[in-house]
Amino acid sequence: MGDKRTLTTAVKRWDENTVAKTIGKYPERKKNFLTISGLPVNRLYTPLDSENLDYEQDLGFPGEYPFTRGVQPTGYRGRLWTMRQYSGFATAKESNKRFHFLLDQGQTGLSVAFDLPTQIGYDSDHPLALGEVGKVGVAIDSLADMEVLFDKIPLDKVSTSMTINADAAVLLAMYIAVAEKQGVSMDKLRGTIQNDILKEYVARGTYIFPPTPSMRLITDTFKFCSDKMPLWNTISISGYHIREAGSTAVQEVAFTIADGIAYVQAAIDAGLDVDAFASRLSFFFGSHSDFLEEICKFRAARRLWARIMRERFHAKQDSSCTMRFHTQTAGCTLTAQQPDNNIIRVTLQALQAVLGGTQSLHTNSRDEALSLPTEASVQIALRTQQIIGYESGVSDTVDPLAGSYYIESLTTEIENKAKEYIQKIDEMGGAPAAIEKGFIQKEIHEAAYSFQKSVDEKERVVVGVNKFQVEEEHKFDYLRVNPASERDQVKRLEDLRKTRDNEKVKTTLQNLRVGAQGDSNLVPLILEAVRVYATLGEICGVLRDVFGEYKAADL
Amino acid sequence: MSSSKKIRVLVAKPGLDGHDRGAKIVARALRDAGMEVIYTGLRQTPEMVVRAAMDEGVHCIGLSILSGAHNALFPKIMELLKAEGVDDVLVVGGGIIPEDDIPGLKEAGIGEIFGPGTPLDEIVEYIRNNVKI
Repeated sequence: MGDKRTLTTAVKRWDENTVAKTIGKYPERKKNFLTISGLPVNRLYTPLDSENLDYEQDLGFPGEYPFTRGVQPTGYRGRLWTMRQYSGFATAKESNKRFHFLLDQGQTGLSVAFDLPTQIGYDSDHPLALGEVGKVGVAIDSLADMEVLFDKIPLDKVSTSMTINADAAVLLAMYIAVAEKQGVSMDKLRGTIQNDILKEYVARGTYIFPPTPSMRLITDTFKFCSDKMPLWNTISISGYHIREAGSTAVQEVAFTIADGIAYVQAAIDAGLDVDAFASRLSFFFGSHSDFLEEICKFRAARRLWARIMRERFHAKQDSSCTMRFHTQTAGCTLTAQQPDNNIIRVTLQALQAVLGGTQSLHTNSRDEALSLPTEASVQIALRTQQIIGYESGVSDTVDPLAGSYYIESLTTEIENKAKEYIQKIDEMGGAPAAIEKGFIQKEIHEAAYSFQKSVDEKERVVVGVNKFQVEEEHKFDYLRVNPASERDQVKRLEDLRKTRDNEKVKTTLQNLRVGAQGDSNLVPLILEAVRVYATLGEICGVLRDVFGEYKAADL
Repeated sequence: MSSSKKIRVLVAKPGLDGHDRGAKIVARALRDAGMEVIYTGLRQTPEMVVRAAMDEGVHCIGLSILSGAHNALFPKIMELLKAEGVDDVLVVGGGIIPEDDIPGLKEAGIGEIFGPGTPLDEIVEYIRNNVKI
């Protein structure tokens, strides 16, 4: 304690003498310094700020509980993170071409973007699909499209992440079926389905069914995969979209983990043993623009999840407590003004994610505030990761910023503040209840609105937007989705309906209906339907009949 | 415009796009500026948007799309409005909309397109100055 007293006195002396003298002459830029999430930032951090930190209890070692310093014992010294660019547009054929391009450029995993009709369980010829086919991702109506999408891509070698939620079980079934055709059995498949419905209700909007049947579909996939797909990540519990919708870093951690708690509880309630499925849960975060805060966020999230899994759910295996996560640089920080500046933003955000210990990473392209990215833009984005990985040296030692007085203090602060939120959500009855009350939506909206105000009032500088603007001529090479691809896709679908065995389709859909009305695991039934080329819209149509549709509450 | 009457605005999300951060923020900013705002929520067909605009008797419709479906859906909404004989409602749009698409959308009757980074005040001012009330 002698040390602490001396240091307290020393800090006071520094503040009153050295600092006061300087501030008298050169005032600081602002009265209060805040992180982008609004957490106060002190002038200086010293050992006093993390004096309660116990190295072994709170930090530990990489690959060991509580995983603050990372989930891999050797960090990136064994293998760099997976470079995984989210990609997909127009038809399966065009997207397959982009996948081959990315793999040829050294990308190490695939990440499939589906168009909105696919994500919401409509076929491309549904009236609500008008104008949306192939726009934000690739259009998939049936196994026939999946066969084209993964043509000449060896599914036993590549890992594939699919951003699909409400109808994740259907796309998973299609992936299994297409792998079967390649001669790859499902136990060898590596990849992820997002399968995170709770954040769809609050932030992303591609829900179909009400919460209860949606949670059933999710626990059905947990069960199915724990038996048959040991290498598959059954869910990617996502904070990314919560952050993109405007939340703070603390809220991102808190709401994501609250959703995670709900999924774990649902699976336990459905009769699964926590250690049978928890190691296949994965996470997904954004990497926003506050460099140090984001690094702390990743470390705090890992530690908090580990503690919850052990203390609340009594997970016995360490692997049940590891938070493995994907990161995407924050789309909402990209500016339409001076788009080349986005390359620099993405570089910093990617570096944060690496210093925070991400398992895989998507780097945004400079043109994404304007349109889908061109091939040239995607290449720069991928090269950004490669330069960080191969040239910068930051990946050669594990968790290099640990022990920084500020980093450790902020990591603890984010963990504690997120815990307070989670406690509040627990008191409301958990994430589903908090969503139903509109609590989470409201918190996110408040944060989003106050952030926009601070930009409009120039309290927050956004380079090129509210400071350092220039007159620009927008001469940008946009990626355009050819309107003909919507018509082509609809035509393909019509042909399929004529050529497949419609009797078999009818039978499998009827079996699915019966299963959905009862309590069978739905994944094998969906797989049967998919194999005989029942379409996504037909399968989801049956489930819509049985389960009904979710209607968002007015807020 | 007379200052005695409140401007009524329908903020709408046509199509399947779920990105509603912008729409909600704009709705709130318009409310803070003293307008009456009705927000449709997600997944509105052009028919639903036009129906809501007529039922609510709004002076302005604000459309938000980030999915790229604007070229199909914005003109469709303008057509339906015309077919219903509605010609005094100001329609504006926002979202991820390439610069090259803007002239075509304006030709279809959209008053203004507000891209990413637009200050809220600019939208408020534009509506105040251009709405027929």
